[in-house]
Amino acid sequence: MRETLGLTGPKKGCDLGQCGACTVLVDGRRITSCLTFALMHGGREVTTIEGLGGDPEGDLHPVQQAFVDHDAFQCGFCTPGQIMSAVALLAEGHAGDDDEIREWMSGNLCRCAAYPNIVAAITAAAGR
Amino acid sequence: MSPQTTPWIGAAAARVDGPVKVTGTAIYTGDVALPELAHAVLVQSTIAKGRITDMDIAAAETAPGVLAVCTSDGSLGIGRVASYYSADNGPMGDGRTPLSDAVIHHHGQHIAMVVAQTLEEAVAGAERIRTRYRHQSPLVRIEDAIPQTPPGREDIVRGDLTTGLAVADVTVEAYYETPPQHMNPMEPCTTTAHWVGDRLTVYDSTQYVSGVRDALASAFGVPPANVRVLSGFVGGGFGSKGTVWPHVLLAAAAARLVDRPVRLALTRPQMFTSCGTRPATRQRIVLGAHRDGRLTAIGHDGTSATSPGENVVESTGGLTSILYACPNVTIRQRIVRLDMQAPTFQRAPGRAPGSFALESALDELAHELRMDPVELRLRNHADADPSSGRPWSGKHLRECYRVGAERFGWDPADRTPGTRREGDVLIGTGMASATHEMDPGPAAAYAELRVDGTAVIGVASHDIGTGTYTVLGQIAADVLGLPPERIIVRLGDTDLPEAPPSIGSQTVAYVGPAIRRACEAVRDDLLAAAVADPESPLYRREIGAIEFGPRTYVAELARIGEPSVSAVGHHHPDANSRYAVHSFGAHFAEVAVDALTGTVRVRRMVGAFDVGRVINPRTARSQLLGGMTFGLAQALMEATVIDPRRGHVVEPHLAGYHLPVNADIGTLDVLFVGEPDPHISDLGARGAGEIGVVGAAAAIANAVFHATGVRVRTLPITPDRVVAGSAVGG
Repeated sequence: MRETLGLTGPKKGCDLGQCGACTVLVDGRRITSCLTFALMHGGREVTTIEGLGGDPEGDLHPVQQAFVDHDAFQCGFCTPGQIMSAVALLAEGHAGDDDEIREWMSGNLCRCAAYPNIVAAITAAAGR
Repeated sequence: MSPQTTPWIGAAAARVDGPVKVTGTAIYTGDVALPELAHAVLVQSTIAKGRITDMDIAAAETAPGVLAVCTSDGSLGIGRVASYYSADNGPMGDGRTPLSDAVIHHHGQHIAMVVAQTLEEAVAGAERIRTRYRHQSPLVRIEDAIPQTPPGREDIVRGDLTTGLAVADVTVEAYYETPPQHMNPMEPCTTTAHWVGDRLTVYDSTQYVSGVRDALASAFGVPPANVRVLSGFVGGGFGSKGTVWPHVLLAAAAARLVDRPVRLALTRPQMFTSCGTRPATRQRIVLGAHRDGRLTAIGHDGTSATSPGENVVESTGGLTSILYACPNVTIRQRIVRLDMQAPTFQRAPGRAPGSFALESALDELAHELRMDPVELRLRNHADADPSSGRPWSGKHLRECYRVGAERFGWDPADRTPGTRREGDVLIGTGMASATHEMDPGPAAAYAELRVDGTAVIGVASHDIGTGTYTVLGQIAADVLGLPPERIIVRLGDTDLPEAPPSIGSQTVAYVGPAIRRACEAVRDDLLAAAVADPESPLYRREIGAIEFGPRTYVAELARIGEPSVSAVGHHHPDANSRYAVHSFGAHFAEVAVDALTGTVRVRRMVGAFDVGRVINPRTARSQLLGGMTFGLAQALMEATVIDPRRGHVVEPHLAGYHLPVNADIGTLDVLFVGEPDPHISDLGARGAGEIGVVGAAAAIANAVFHATGVRVRTLPITPDRVVAGSAVGG
């Protein structure tokens, strides 16, 4: 994905499925892409951060915009994974309250620890 | 500030690099696409001490796609580069030349490198290498080594500790232990190197582009001007990218060897043995005080681990020498040499483990005195720097205590441990002081005004998540009278004027003023020429009375027919300031401890900080939130476990090394206290990158004591340690 297709949005943080920086959606479900082969997903729809359609020079996806508005990142390396997780979380209906968001976002590490701002961003994107 | 007041300084502006970061289009070192890019993979030692007796590389050399296999025979021709800790004060984190001989100094030492067409082929090639060793028993436990005085380091002695203890009404003596920690930025260290003739371009995930340039120039015997280092986005550093590590030299050597661009990315497990660690410490604190709480004696002995070759000192006693007024102080710093890679500075070096010990001991003293720990600290407030007698450049610590306590709802009367229970959990509160010393570094910066009404500023500094792109743009906007969206900020490029490494919370404090100087110079040069030119509509006007802004610059540049004008500005902070320059703060924490299992959760924390002028409260708050979380992790989770016999990191990955996740973090509050520092610079800003860490672990440990009556003096505060204290678990 990164080397052949040039989709470098998903990041390689651990290669062990532990950090979540490489999170992508497969048929809308979030997975750590470092633990899977493209071959295993024939016929399925894979969405990376690039697939959200946000334009850095123009309109962003609502979750991307919420991350900017709430300063939900610092170094930005985990951010594509956090956002893909957040998009899936919202579709899953797991944005009921802060604790639910925290729990369902806990597969994505952020060493800069933007966690409270990530919760705020997702809350805003959920329209609560 | 500027003669014409602008709204940019102090504005809670959104990060200018936000859109590229949230769309995944920000290019980090590992994302750089180059034609013919090859990949290097490192093979690491599986023993901690001894020699390589044999290495079979035949199967690797013939593996598909493999371009080169390099062993520890010194044939790469990498020259020696001095370490940061040597007398030469070079850029390397470890001064040993990589792949230069067969001696093994630590587990995970690089012993071979495979370069291949693809990453997969390089990994497959590396797996075919077979190594035999002559193994010696490593020394890896701090308790097993003999402490030494670090070369050139003297004990800090004021007054007489024995006398101070003799006159004390109450004394406290305690021993604290902190484990090794690893920085674990989300982006593993990555280098992409490309030679064209004797010119080298390197993309590197670094906090120190000019250090990388200097290291590569020395290692390969080329002039520094032949080496360009680029680092536009860095996925976190925390100290692991603050010096130059051997893999950077190896990536460049590999690119030279195969004569094409090469990328070398450390794996997550390799991050535990290749780019430093916060070393383990053992600390003894003795305090003496009068009944009214005034300190009569402070003794702080700290021992930290280092490698056989480097004199890295984790200065746990640094903050002890300045934090409280006390007539009798002795601070001793010792090192032990273990068979490990050289440690390095991790976010809030020395102060993170040092404040855990000192601020825990203060809490122990407050308990002995039956005194509110906030009151104890107020009674020992240092009105001037006790270590030098100098006045503070700016200090609002009393206000930090007051404002923090107020927001937190601190109850000075509720200090008896183990009295609050909510169902299955015991509730406790704790607090601690924070401080961070500023280490001044000279910086230069570039500024350019362009006829299209935009400006460019540039400096060989970095945005490691710190908001540098955003904040330096605000500083330039203030001087130039341009809105930040018209200012292009360039960072992470050795072609730009040199700045200090992005360590020590110093970027805004010292690079910020250099940006001001550059912007003032370009603005004033242009306007000075205009007011002296009879052809200009600004002729004979007073510069200060001219409107600073795009209209003025565009008209003047168009009139003189120049596409742009530029200038370089310098900031030389006073290394012999008559002021002591430190940031201050106070942490308050509430924990809930499971009465049965001893599991600690931090429900909420309040941090009140005096960091001088806050240029951007949004990004500064985020840094401090991150710092407080770093401290929470230090308190409850982080420890690198080293096998005592074999000397390897037992679980070198993020499932074994526990970092906090979102669900671990309760409510965190950051408050800014104080005012612009009038003596650090005309910008008035000190740094915010590290002080959030300092004292946070102690505040949590003190809250655990308040909740349970159990004093945990060994980090991290894991459930077993709480249960072993026996007040809970029944």
